[in-house]
Amino acid sequence: MSTPFYVSPQQAMADRAEYARKGIARGRSVVVLQYTDGIVFVAENPSRALHKVSEIYDRIAFAAVGKYNEFENLRLGGVRYADLRGYTYDRDDVTARGLANVYAQTLGTIFSSVGEKPYEVELIVAEVGAAPEDDQIYRLPHDGSIVDEHGAVAVGGNSDQIGSYLDQRHRDGMTLAEALALAVESLARDSGGNGDRQLTAEQLEVAVLDRTRPQQRKFKRLLGPQLNALLEQSGEGSSEDGPSEDSAED
Amino acid sequence: MDNTRSTTGRLPAAFLTPGSSSFLDFLGDHSPELLPGNRTLPPIKGAVELPHGTTIVAATFESGVVLAGDRRATMGNVIASRDLEKVFPADEFSAVGIAGTAGLAVEMVRLFQLELEHYEKIEGATLSLEGKANRLSTMIRGNLGMAMQGLAVVPLFAGYDTVRGRGRIFSYDITGGRSEEHGFAATGSGSVYARGALKKLYRKDLTQDQMVTAIVQALYDAADDDSATGGPDLTRRIFPVVTVITADGFRRIPDSDVAETARLVVEGRRQNPDGPRAEVL
Repeated sequence: MSTPFYVSPQQAMADRAEYARKGIARGRSVVVLQYTDGIVFVAENPSRALHKVSEIYDRIAFAAVGKYNEFENLRLGGVRYADLRGYTYDRDDVTARGLANVYAQTLGTIFSSVGEKPYEVELIVAEVGAAPEDDQIYRLPHDGSIVDEHGAVAVGGNSDQIGSYLDQRHRDGMTLAEALALAVESLARDSGGNGDRQLTAEQLEVAVLDRTRPQQRKFKRLLGPQLNALLEQSGEGSSEDGPSEDSAED
Repeated sequence: MDNTRSTTGRLPAAFLTPGSSSFLDFLGDHSPELLPGNRTLPPIKGAVELPHGTTIVAATFESGVVLAGDRRATMGNVIASRDLEKVFPADEFSAVGIAGTAGLAVEMVRLFQLELEHYEKIEGATLSLEGKANRLSTMIRGNLGMAMQGLAVVPLFAGYDTVRGRGRIFSYDITGGRSEEHGFAATGSGSVYARGALKKLYRKDLTQDQMVTAIVQALYDAADDDSATGGPDLTRRIFPVVTVITADGFRRIPDSDVAETARLVVEGRRQNPDGPRAEVL
């Protein structure tokens, strides 16, 4: 009969965190940026079927990196949580803060329960408000903590490098085309060495929470021609490096 | 772990179990007491007087379908509400109009809207129009127990079929029996008169504006002969809710436009109280 080796609690938790971090670091990153009319989500994701960015509720969206089956489960739970809450109370009573709390509890419990494998995921929950000051972005790392973010945030593989690149260049009041251009530039740096990658519309998954949308549901995916037009526009915009044109949305 | 309750604040297992894209199924698993069909009714003696919604009319035209309803709710011989709205968007390409017990009907519509939206979010695709119509069938069937006690909900479902490229109408009975209607349909207490009127006015090639006028005429005729249906109220400026669903999606005709149509209809009736005449042969 073998006696298990003693492992200190600190060591056990550090090992679990290390395991989760390594899993997350293997995947490509997702960036989320505020712009004048809302929040834009950009992921490098060639798949049209497996989404990294999705709608949760009227004003709330979700972005995730890591293991697909794990964050897909969390997305499902989030949609169910939001719809049930909206049905029980009112559509206005569903908030990103509430959802982020539930996610944090779920991730935290799984992370610290010895019987379960920690989730290798990192999430972003964002809610678009009536004005840019009312926007909320929460980052939820694998261990159940919540980080309140402003401006721009990156999660996934090279998130530190991409995040600092974004922090230096993101400013308030960017147009959608400008924000998108910055997001694509930052993602292109995630190359593991050679920095000169070009990301095309086919490799990107882009969605926005647009506060100017007349519908109750503010989430919208930017696809095909619309995305190409925006990318072209931003290409011109960044070469001039300045005067902001109005982005052609919808 | 208990499937429905959690002690740690984490999402209960029912939330994280993949498989179903239906909000109703999820509600059945997680909190069945919230499902309207799971409520038990106390024994009732005699008739219960509750607000009832009345007449809903729908008609297809070349580029889509019009769905409209009067605004009255009655409770026995009392007018419970003059301005109840009984036509709702179900999603971008469909709408539902309700006749029957108003309280239950409004709840059913809320749940139906949520069911469609939930599916769309989970699956990343919308249900087919037939699929939506079938979901509504299931929900009406869930209400059968109450319907047998007099609390029936009988909706009319209309939508634009994006695959076939035309407007379609589905009518229901209290058991959830569904039938597709071709051309036009009506439900509720004034439906007999509305259908009679539409039978004489309906033509496939009417434009959207003409069809809206025909529908307002039909609702006028229903209100003319059925005390539970409200006609256009020019003094209080309460007009029928008229909605149109085309390839561009759901749109409610603004009250000001309906007001103008209603004014013309009432004007016409001053000369001709029974409305437009059809040929005898």
